[in-house]
Amino acid sequence: MAARRRLPFWAEYLLLPLLNLSLAFLVSGLVVLLLGENPIEAVRLLVYGAFGFGEAVGYTLFYATNFIFTGLAVAVAFHAGLFNIGGEGQAALGGLGVALAALWFGHLHPLLAIPIAMLGAALFGGIWGFIPGWLQARRGSHTVITTIMLNFVAASIMTYLLVNVIIKPGQSAPETVTFAENVWLPQLHQLLQPLGFAIGRSPLNLAFPIALLCALLVWIYVWKLRLGYELRVVGRSEAAALYAGISPAAHIMLVMTISGALAGLMALNEVLGAQHRLVLGFTGGYGFVGIAVALMGRNHPIGVVLAALLFGALYQGGAELAFDMPRINRDMIVVIQGLVILFAGALEHMFRPTLEALFVRTRPVPV
Amino acid sequence: MEAGAATAGGARPPAVELRGISKSFGPVQANREVDLAVAAGSIHGIVGENGAGKSTLMNILYGFYQPDAGRILVDGRERRIRSPLDAIRAGIGMVHQHFMLVEPFTVLENLLLGAEGGFTLEAGIARARREIEAIERDYGLEVDLDAVVKDLPVGVQQRVEILKALFRGAHILVLDEPTGVLTPQEADHLFRILRNLRDQGRTVILITHKLREIMAVTDRVSVMRGGRMVAHRRTADTSTEELAELMVGRKVLLRVEKGPARPGDPVLEVTDLEVRDDFGVPRVRDVSFTVRAGEIVGIAGVAGNGQSELLEALAGIRPVARGRVLLGGRPLGDAAEARTRRLGHVPEDRLRMGLVRSFAAWENAILGYQRQSAYTRGGFLRRRRVIASCGDWMERYDVRPRDPFLHAADFSGGNQQKLVLARELEHDPDLLLVGQPTRGVDIGAIEFIHRQLVAMRDAGKAILLVSVELEEVMSLADRILVMFDGRIMGEMAGAEGEERRLGLLMAGVAAEER
Amino acid sequence: MSDLFLQILLLSDSTLRLATPLVLAALAGLFSERSGVVNIALEGKMLGGAFAAAAAAQMTGSALAGLFAAIGFAVFLALVHGFASITNRGDQVVSGMALNIMVAGLGPTLADAWFGQAGRIPVEAEGARFRPITLPFAEEIREVPVIGPIYAELVSGHNILVYLAFLAVPLVAWVLYRSRFGLRLRAVGESPEAVDTAGISVAGMRYRALVVAGVLTGIAGAYLAIAQNASFLRDMTAGKGYLALAALIFGKWRPVPALLACLLFAFADAVQARLQGVEVPLVGTIPTEAIQAIPYLLTILLLAGFVGRAVAPKAIGQPYVKER
Repeated sequence: MAARRRLPFWAEYLLLPLLNLSLAFLVSGLVVLLLGENPIEAVRLLVYGAFGFGEAVGYTLFYATNFIFTGLAVAVAFHAGLFNIGGEGQAALGGLGVALAALWFGHLHPLLAIPIAMLGAALFGGIWGFIPGWLQARRGSHTVITTIMLNFVAASIMTYLLVNVIIKPGQSAPETVTFAENVWLPQLHQLLQPLGFAIGRSPLNLAFPIALLCALLVWIYVWKLRLGYELRVVGRSEAAALYAGISPAAHIMLVMTISGALAGLMALNEVLGAQHRLVLGFTGGYGFVGIAVALMGRNHPIGVVLAALLFGALYQGGAELAFDMPRINRDMIVVIQGLVILFAGALEHMFRPTLEALFVRTRPVPV
Repeated sequence: MEAGAATAGGARPPAVELRGISKSFGPVQANREVDLAVAAGSIHGIVGENGAGKSTLMNILYGFYQPDAGRILVDGRERRIRSPLDAIRAGIGMVHQHFMLVEPFTVLENLLLGAEGGFTLEAGIARARREIEAIERDYGLEVDLDAVVKDLPVGVQQRVEILKALFRGAHILVLDEPTGVLTPQEADHLFRILRNLRDQGRTVILITHKLREIMAVTDRVSVMRGGRMVAHRRTADTSTEELAELMVGRKVLLRVEKGPARPGDPVLEVTDLEVRDDFGVPRVRDVSFTVRAGEIVGIAGVAGNGQSELLEALAGIRPVARGRVLLGGRPLGDAAEARTRRLGHVPEDRLRMGLVRSFAAWENAILGYQRQSAYTRGGFLRRRRVIASCGDWMERYDVRPRDPFLHAADFSGGNQQKLVLARELEHDPDLLLVGQPTRGVDIGAIEFIHRQLVAMRDAGKAILLVSVELEEVMSLADRILVMFDGRIMGEMAGAEGEERRLGLLMAGVAAEER
Repeated sequence: MSDLFLQILLLSDSTLRLATPLVLAALAGLFSERSGVVNIALEGKMLGGAFAAAAAAQMTGSALAGLFAAIGFAVFLALVHGFASITNRGDQVVSGMALNIMVAGLGPTLADAWFGQAGRIPVEAEGARFRPITLPFAEEIREVPVIGPIYAELVSGHNILVYLAFLAVPLVAWVLYRSRFGLRLRAVGESPEAVDTAGISVAGMRYRALVVAGVLTGIAGAYLAIAQNASFLRDMTAGKGYLALAALIFGKWRPVPALLACLLFAFADAVQARLQGVEVPLVGTIPTEAIQAIPYLLTILLLAGFVGRAVAPKAIGQPYVKER
């Protein structure tokens, strides 16, 4: 019997996602029409809003930073066959870790304070990832459900703490005091100014290169290390893992901790890089968008970074669009996200049979 | 082509007639212009090797697949069978190799499914009880209607499947490899039921690769090879040898060339072993035996009598509930430790356990050995080195195509097995555990695999072979242990192995009782 | 009448009101999950229903039109879910998530464009809402001790959708255990192969289950927008879909236990609302957030096997592919 033909690499990783993405945008265009606006004009405004000027690019990259973290979190767990929908809660807890570290150690030298805050983010997010990991590994509870439930538990914890405990005294909005400046992540326009680069003012900060570094580390972990090899065996076949003397439980707990830590690091960008205080609900759904980013990026770090840039552009461009087109508001971007998840994730196989038939027909294989 | 026209009865048209059926899955052609005529009121066997296209053909008849070309006639009338529902309406019933039962349902609920006879179940239940009792009486098929299916033994579950088909009014019954999970005695019981069905005018189509069954129970037999129908015979006019030759396409060597064993020191010593399954049920009880260097010990038995659990326990995958396992005189550790102590393992189900389907060949080439310093340095995989070794092994074990980057799932069964064998043998084990080494493997690869195992034995290694193919155990093993219901029923030397006695042991009749 | 009795009565009353959308959504989840489709999209379908109900009721001034619009839109979403996860064998969780996110954006977007009220649709017209129904004799027997107030306050005086939700439970139980549809539904989630070989379309069964689930989530959405409240608001389901899913799991995928779980969760919610800022003797103020987290914690504990064991339908989450 002959080996089965697969799609060529470029069709699998470029053509297929592109087709799916186009369809998502096509349907989005229909929604824009439904709203009574011109979709082509909307695209023009969106692209200009995302890339047209220095500040726009800065904001695009700033949002992309959030998505890189949450996208990597989903992607890395996926390699163990786990679906981590808990990015939202893990990011929230990461924010708590950052805030506690910043409140307690923020007065230290930046070179000390910032790493401690980073550790806080990773540690708290990691714990919130470890719990469903442990539940899956030791008690067989499905991560899809447990991570959803833990999102709500995290929301309760955050609300309680921010309303009752770490709230800035004498105010009603649920947020902490502004952190000491030592622990603020430098924003890139400040860093680059002395070097003679004048980029527009935006909250884009040191978290962006840290996110890229994380993508690199995830790539090394999954594809280069023995641990990653074992992780992928666990994700594809638990029986094969047991056969090969690999403990699925250990890898599940490890990868969920890493996944939670990555989601938690998102707080660096928002809390330490932009807002400089912990605000209730700062996660703003970025954890959920991470699912779309990972799916679009086919769970590969490079794909995740590219998809994060796309979503960053959508966010920033969408904000500009909502400003320019009165009948479109920022929620439209959420619609597009949903459609991208639908077409790039859930319907990813829609075009596959057609494409495969096309390729088999053009290249006959003897039996 | 005149395909074994109906004789008995003369006037009745064939119960089933297939004309020019072709079916391909992508580039693979599973059926090519198949013709078949099954006389009404007969038992018709269809034999062929694994992958010859028998199951595909029957799935077409049952409406699971649509043929690319060809016609189906039932009772002389052309039928378009687009779904199992069409097949059921045409009076065709099918007993699949893997039972199609809803396990947490009662027998009655399973019978009703799809034949409820109305929106509410009440009326259907009453009707079912009446009708089933009549069917049970007529064919000697006794089943407790209120038992929950998952609590029933396999033999009884199979009877539920037959009942299900009859309850739906099937007069043509297709059975796909029905004896794979049965003891020879249970199989004989099944054959009595099938003869009963025939005698009452129903038609039975029996798909199998076991020639003994064909000779024992069928009236006519058709042989498939490589997707084609190659011969039709009256069972009375043919022989096992002729059928075997037709199946394979050339004379087969059923015997493996090997000299006498020269057993050395014990390598594996098992004492009073008990192993439990995932639900805590003991599957292996009080098992003791020894495997020495330079011998092949075979474990025979009907599938599901504890062999799988035994193998997994010896490989360190499944915990030992009680008893002692010594490897080279020291207690066995977990799977990872066992590998470092030169234990090789060719698992029963290579696609579930032995390989990761979506991994490239090179990644599969170190599965289980990934911690060895030859493949990992400082936590990093030594990718280039692994690819080079993999290419080497593929050449020596004739794995085709010789492409270390091809996914495991894209190799044929025989080549997958050679890849697993290469991996396990190249790490030079002192003890090799082998489960179903030739399941789903083509004839050429079977001979190659058998030669490799004998060569290993002659190099002074210990081999424990588990197989449900009696012939394989008898031709390879130097000593045979027979397992039934988790226990070892008896032992005999490979050469003196006598099928009747093995059969009795496999059915749980101990040697002394005879 | 003692004060305590009145307190209990009021608490029970609000428990029923809060439980209604949970019950409807949990039953919806039951149909879909028993058929083998994980329904994480209860949240989105309910929200979609709420949006459609408010929009249609406000435009037409008819509550019934709102209800039908809600059902129609939720069924449409269910069909999209089915198209992705049944026909195209996409991941059920991913497609569910996609719907949740899409609807979360679509509602406010359209509300903004059509009604111009910052993501909100007010339902103001007189006939556009389901009003409380006073059951016969409620006023007459109000004065009868114990039974009177229970009947008048607790049983009577809800809108039609509340009664519908609670009557749906025995109906669903009957369908599940006593009808042909129920037999096939239970079978398809356990062993789709068996259903297929019995001549029943697996995809057809799953689509039907999803459509029924769509109808029920649509009613739940309508309840939120045009019965319990008088507007559609951004994210007004606020996790009720997930809570219903938790209740379904807590009820081990069976109708009556799922109902009890919904009542328990709704009771926790009602208590939480009443305890806000209240000093409880001996305990002090109980943080309401702790009570809010209880249903989720309970579900996690159940899933972990610390309190009982929940075994999901065997084929859940797996697209059905005929064996090659």
